[in-house]
Amino acid sequence: MTLPPALSIRGLSKSFGPARIITDVTLDIAPGERHAIIGPNGAGKSTLFNLISGLYFPTAGSVALNGENISGLPPHQINRMGLSRSFQVSNIFTNMTVRENVRCGVLNTMGLGYSFWSNIGANKTAHAKTFEILERCGLSDKANVPASLLPYADQRSLEIAITIAGDPDVILLDEPTAGMSQSETARAVDLIAKATEGKTLLIVEHDMGVIFNLADRISVLVYGEILATGTPQEIRGNAEVREAYLGDEALPEELA
Amino acid sequence: MSTQDTFDYSAHVPSNAEKFRQRTLPLLIFAAILVAIPLTGPSRTMYTLMHQMGINIVLAMSYNMLLGRAGLLSFGHAVYFGFGGYFAMHVMNWIADGSGIWGGFPVFLLPVLGFGAGALAGAVIGWPSCRRAGTTFAMISLGVAELVASGAFMFDGFFGGEQGISGDRMNGPQMFGLTLGPISQVYWFIAFWTIVGVAGMYAFTRTPLGKLSEATRDNPQRVQFIGYNPQRVRYMVFIFAGGFAGLAGAMSAVNYEIFTPDAFSLGPSGFILIMAYVGGITYFVGPIFGAILLTYMQSMMSDFTDAWLLYLGVLFISIVMFAPRGLAGIVFGFGAGLRGPRPRAFLITWLTHLAGIALMLIGLIVLVEIAVRWSNGYGEAFAPFGLPLAQSNPLSWLLVLLSALAGGALTRRAARMREAQA
Repeated sequence: MTLPPALSIRGLSKSFGPARIITDVTLDIAPGERHAIIGPNGAGKSTLFNLISGLYFPTAGSVALNGENISGLPPHQINRMGLSRSFQVSNIFTNMTVRENVRCGVLNTMGLGYSFWSNIGANKTAHAKTFEILERCGLSDKANVPASLLPYADQRSLEIAITIAGDPDVILLDEPTAGMSQSETARAVDLIAKATEGKTLLIVEHDMGVIFNLADRISVLVYGEILATGTPQEIRGNAEVREAYLGDEALPEELA
Repeated sequence: MSTQDTFDYSAHVPSNAEKFRQRTLPLLIFAAILVAIPLTGPSRTMYTLMHQMGINIVLAMSYNMLLGRAGLLSFGHAVYFGFGGYFAMHVMNWIADGSGIWGGFPVFLLPVLGFGAGALAGAVIGWPSCRRAGTTFAMISLGVAELVASGAFMFDGFFGGEQGISGDRMNGPQMFGLTLGPISQVYWFIAFWTIVGVAGMYAFTRTPLGKLSEATRDNPQRVQFIGYNPQRVRYMVFIFAGGFAGLAGAMSAVNYEIFTPDAFSLGPSGFILIMAYVGGITYFVGPIFGAILLTYMQSMMSDFTDAWLLYLGVLFISIVMFAPRGLAGIVFGFGAGLRGPRPRAFLITWLTHLAGIALMLIGLIVLVEIAVRWSNGYGEAFAPFGLPLAQSNPLSWLLVLLSALAGGALTRRAARMREAQA
């Protein structure tokens, strides 16, 4: 028997009133696959993420995580089942330190639930886990900085740190390198590659260099519909995709 | 697991010595002060005042579990105080009757039951109201407060009608050899439960739920994506806040031996909000400052002036507008400034600012006191330090105008000095 897909999206649609944002999206992502979603602005990439992660309710269709139907479940339950996501705009706990931010992300996997009888400061495992994540994301020397005072690139790293803190199987990253400089982007790609090792990754990204480096397969989303899905080679060779989205100059020279 | 074992994070987390100095020591000092106070031989009036302070400290801090730590603005916190207090009053009477299991229950432990009653009220009322935060939550809390307050005047069997329920605390078994008769013995009861309340609420901030409460305040959406339901976090925090308010209610029941339905009305709820806010909601200890100052104002200033509520209002508005981090923010800001790079310049600015505020305050006081007496029409003149300041005396108005102007100028100057330093 083969493993069910890590993420299986079937006929997913979402309308806001008369506006159809996502139309009949069907997509299977195998365990361990790194899958990128590309598409022009307003194609519905973030909406797709919101549908998968439970923030929005689908108008039609379903999403299954490791073979279990998750559409219609609230976000925190989906998260507990092993799917975690980041946000396009940094979505962190602003009045807490970096360390506390990550520690909040760790709580659930520690099995601490809504506990009000244990002292979190005395929990050595939670400390160790928190610093393991901070170390991996290059944030351990900024552990006690208030999150709101972090420079932009570090806020993006913290965004990823919170996302991976709960040890999810499936990770959704929404434009993790948006607004970063080239060197910052290179570091972020490094971080993402390391942090998602052995995990299933679904990533929305505008930077083609990042995607062609990172992704096993790519889906092109245009006007809420999947235009094509394939390996980076196939996508690059797809005339329809070139016309709709990529344009010749969008491809990095060394890859074209 | 190897990285977890070898990575040394001890430099990045507070050491045990730091934890003791920053967390345990202040609580020990607080307890030591409470133990030392009776040694000064306080008067009856002082005892009465301090008991009310102790009750208000626990109450204002329980309120801040919602406003400061969970970002929930409630206009009805007196409801949970009231339920805790009423339940304690009833049990006090059952103890006096000696009926059934209650005959052996010590009055000293009534705050435990008050906590239970407040938490239960929180669990019932919080179930619908904690689904939303923000304006919706605030409006529901207001509605619930009105509902319960009017209900308290209708259901006389539990609430005792307008004269409320009264009882006698000197029944049942004693604890620590306290009869709870004389006021100096009640002091130990109040001091004990104030410390338990403060310590308990501090411990709560250190638990996972306490941390999640802050996370939910900062960003409820993200809380969902770390596997927690923000509604459930709010609801659980709400139950605890209700519990500690109920604990304060039972302290009040034992202290005054009476509870009336007025305890549920919007007035007390508003006063709790003002205590917490004036004290400083961003600090854990902020409400302690607010509770002490406002209890003092409430009890003492009414002896000095008819206009004390007006001064309270001015204080509240000034804090909201000019010192949103409250008294605690002012105190800790002063300490931080003195330890900063330019303590001398900071101190001069600070004193200029203080002088400006004091002058404006003098202008305000003279204006208010003259106006109150004028309006009352008893022909009595405001005469501070034997200096008669009648409304017909141009000197009075000159004093108002000059001190207000001079105070305003000084404050402005202080603000400019601060800008130059920054």
